[in-house]
Amino acid sequence: MQGYWLAIVLTFLIAALIPGLLIFLSTILGPKRLTPEKALPFECGMDPSGPARERFPIKFYLVAVLFLVFDVEVVFFYPWAVLYKKLAIFGLLEMMVFTLFVGLALLYAWKEGVLEWR
Amino acid sequence: MFIDVAITLLKIAFVFGLVLNIAGILGWAERKQSAVMQDRIGANRADILGLRLFGLFHPIADIVKVITKEDWIPPGGDKFLHTLAPFLALFTALAVFAVIPFGDTLHIAGRDIPLVIADLNVGILFVIAFGSLGIYSVVLAGWSSDNKYSLLGSMRAAAQVISYELALALSVVGVIMAYGSVELDDIARAQGQYVLGIIPYWGVIAQPLGFLIFFAAAMAETKRTPFDLPECESEIIGYFTEYSGFKFLAFWMGEFIEVIAVAGVVTTLYFGGWQVPFIDSQGFFVPGLFTIPLPHLLVVVIQVTAFILKVCFFCWFMLLVRWTLPRFRYDQLMGFGWKFLLPLAFLNVILSGVIFMSFEG
Repeated sequence: MQGYWLAIVLTFLIAALIPGLLIFLSTILGPKRLTPEKALPFECGMDPSGPARERFPIKFYLVAVLFLVFDVEVVFFYPWAVLYKKLAIFGLLEMMVFTLFVGLALLYAWKEGVLEWR
Repeated sequence: MFIDVAITLLKIAFVFGLVLNIAGILGWAERKQSAVMQDRIGANRADILGLRLFGLFHPIADIVKVITKEDWIPPGGDKFLHTLAPFLALFTALAVFAVIPFGDTLHIAGRDIPLVIADLNVGILFVIAFGSLGIYSVVLAGWSSDNKYSLLGSMRAAAQVISYELALALSVVGVIMAYGSVELDDIARAQGQYVLGIIPYWGVIAQPLGFLIFFAAAMAETKRTPFDLPECESEIIGYFTEYSGFKFLAFWMGEFIEVIAVAGVVTTLYFGGWQVPFIDSQGFFVPGLFTIPLPHLLVVVIQVTAFILKVCFFCWFMLLVRWTLPRFRYDQLMGFGWKFLLPLAFLNVILSGVIFMSFEG
């Protein structure tokens, strides 16, 4: 019971050590020669115009909101799937009703044009 | 207590050593694969004392070169986040391997050693959680780089990964229904059963549609061609434009480690994990006819080797796909995820429910 949490912590430590050490090594081993040209962001050879943190299309935000909605609904499938054989036909019918509602939500988003990328 | 820690450390060393080596070799294999498919020779120049070995020294040369290169942080960017991003890329990709079982329980010197680093009872959720944590590295890299194209690339990557996350998580539900567990070791073990006494009951037999959805979504999660919109070498270059030295390589390696992780999870969920058909702890057997007993250690070695070979096969398969298919357009990509894979994944869950139920009853 306790064993695997120790193993997880050890894995995390080693998984953090490998990139941490290599990044540290590269910062002390590499040369440091900053020139004005090098300091410019590389934007396809053009001189950059204005700051980089510009506004970005609202589409990305909408996708994130949709993801939140559906991800929570997908999580509901997990406990049901584990107990699927015990819940038998009743559980399956309940899940069909639930899927119907999730499907309606997806259909609504589709109809509203959220899924169209313009 | 002490011996447990030692055993765990040995397992971690074995798994990480294997993963990092396969990642290095994949870097070489990808160049060779593309070269073969485009009728070129490919990487073969690096040599040690005149020994070239088909260019197999290239990964070593890459590491040495990259560590001694200038590590450059854009003056307009955020220093801390800029360093954190490549660290997270490697960390999250490596952490996934904690729960992937690579062999049957090993009985040695009176001990039972499960051949998985941490036999977590929420294994599959752990994999999905760390798979999606990887997105932080991409978003932070784009945000901290002070470069419009990097920011655009990271936005694309975030939208793409969370879109395909849904289909990915939903396609796994079918596997959980078939084997009744979210623990990866249980799932691998349950795939040692046989249907009709002769066909191994692997995930791909129980969930053929689920496998296709999972594989497509998982390939999109690794952000490689045909799903490499965040990167697009020929247009926006990607979220790691402003990186140099080892930090750049960290993203590159993180991508390969993700490929290995996807191959490992696909193998565990759909291709029997470490199971070899007709070999179990008793030895080699033909169902209903006879059994040839094999020593325990040999069986375990065969199973671990089989697991590694299966993983290598799927890694190679993903390289093949990458160099075969052209890139999607962005609206096609989002449409494919939301309008095709997601409804199909819902359908798969209900269909599997009905089919399993009718077989039970």
